[in-house]
Amino acid sequence: MNPIRKQRLYALVAILIGSLLATWLVISALSENMNLFYSPTEIKVAELNEDTLIRAGGMVKTGSIIKDTNSLNVVFTVTDYQNDLEINYEGILPDLFAENAGVVVRGNLNTDGSFKAIEVLAKHDENYMPPEVAKLMQEDS
Amino acid sequence: MIKKWLIEMGSPPLFYKWSTKILPWLFISAILILGIGLFWGLLFAPTDYKQGDVYRILYIHVPSAILGQSIFMFMAFCGFINVIWRAKISGMMLKSAAPIGVSFTLLALVTGSIWGKPTWGTWWVWDARLTSTLILFFIYTALIGLHSTIDDKTKADRAVSILSIVGLAIIPVIKKSVDWWQTLHQPSTFTITSSPSMSPDMYQPLLICLIGFYLFFALLLTLNLRNEILERERTKNWVKQLLGGVG
Repeated sequence: MNPIRKQRLYALVAILIGSLLATWLVISALSENMNLFYSPTEIKVAELNEDTLIRAGGMVKTGSIIKDTNSLNVVFTVTDYQNDLEINYEGILPDLFAENAGVVVRGNLNTDGSFKAIEVLAKHDENYMPPEVAKLMQEDS
Repeated sequence: MIKKWLIEMGSPPLFYKWSTKILPWLFISAILILGIGLFWGLLFAPTDYKQGDVYRILYIHVPSAILGQSIFMFMAFCGFINVIWRAKISGMMLKSAAPIGVSFTLLALVTGSIWGKPTWGTWWVWDARLTSTLILFFIYTALIGLHSTIDDKTKADRAVSILSIVGLAIIPVIKKSVDWWQTLHQPSTFTITSSPSMSPDMYQPLLICLIGFYLFFALLLTLNLRNEILERERTKNWVKQLLGGVG
């Protein structure tokens, strides 16, 4: 490689490193805020103000979903397997909302420590399989 | 041998002649493989145990998202060659690839949004994966915009080359976003370290679709590049001869 090309190569590598470094700095500065939601444990530790609008996320605890028969009210518990958070919600739930599935809710804390959600989003996991396979796996476990 | 071939490919008239020969093959294979992949995935692959048929959009969404990122890496590679060796064709390739890359990125965003509404319950959420992909889309538009503001094509190529290398930093962020932060977007189904968490009769068509999308990209790139060559070399004799002295 002739000297001029070598010089250009160094310049480009310097640009790339600079760009990566800048991105890394921005990301580490934003780091906490890059998370879409807080886990129940983080919410418990944070001692949040009641009218702060936040997103909470975790798994819907098995057997915790209580649907009101006369309205769209629903109460369920979100867990990160360390702490639980009780969620109150009135509205239509997404199709993938289920026990033991990931969920992200937006809303604020009530005075009694439960959570008043104004939006419930279902989080999909990375597993894909046909219904027959899912059934077999359930039988195995 | 390889060096000679590279130099030949770097010459616009020779590339033009050579690409005329491979174009029909590229066309047939792209349409055929893409067709097989999409038919298989959209009609014959089994339904998902949780999502039902909605999941089938991934046969378009996943390859588009992968292509959106690979094309960017390809462009940065062209940019690298263009800055160091000043090969004219690398600048043309860079320019020709940009509109294709931005289209695939947009397609990934749109199909993801369409999938998100019924599964997540929202069209859009500002999580790390979605936001970083949107940034990639904006970088693409910036590259295209920058190229069109500079009249001197050689200078435009060089400016875009450097910007594409700067922009390369977004790629690892997109890739790792689902691991570094809590996102609504699910983590990767396919990883190097473990077997895919998708059943084989579902990922086989996805693989075919992915190959089909790459071939389709190669086809579009060749077509775009041929136009770019003709436009930039329109004053040269070989183009005039080729077009029979018209224009």
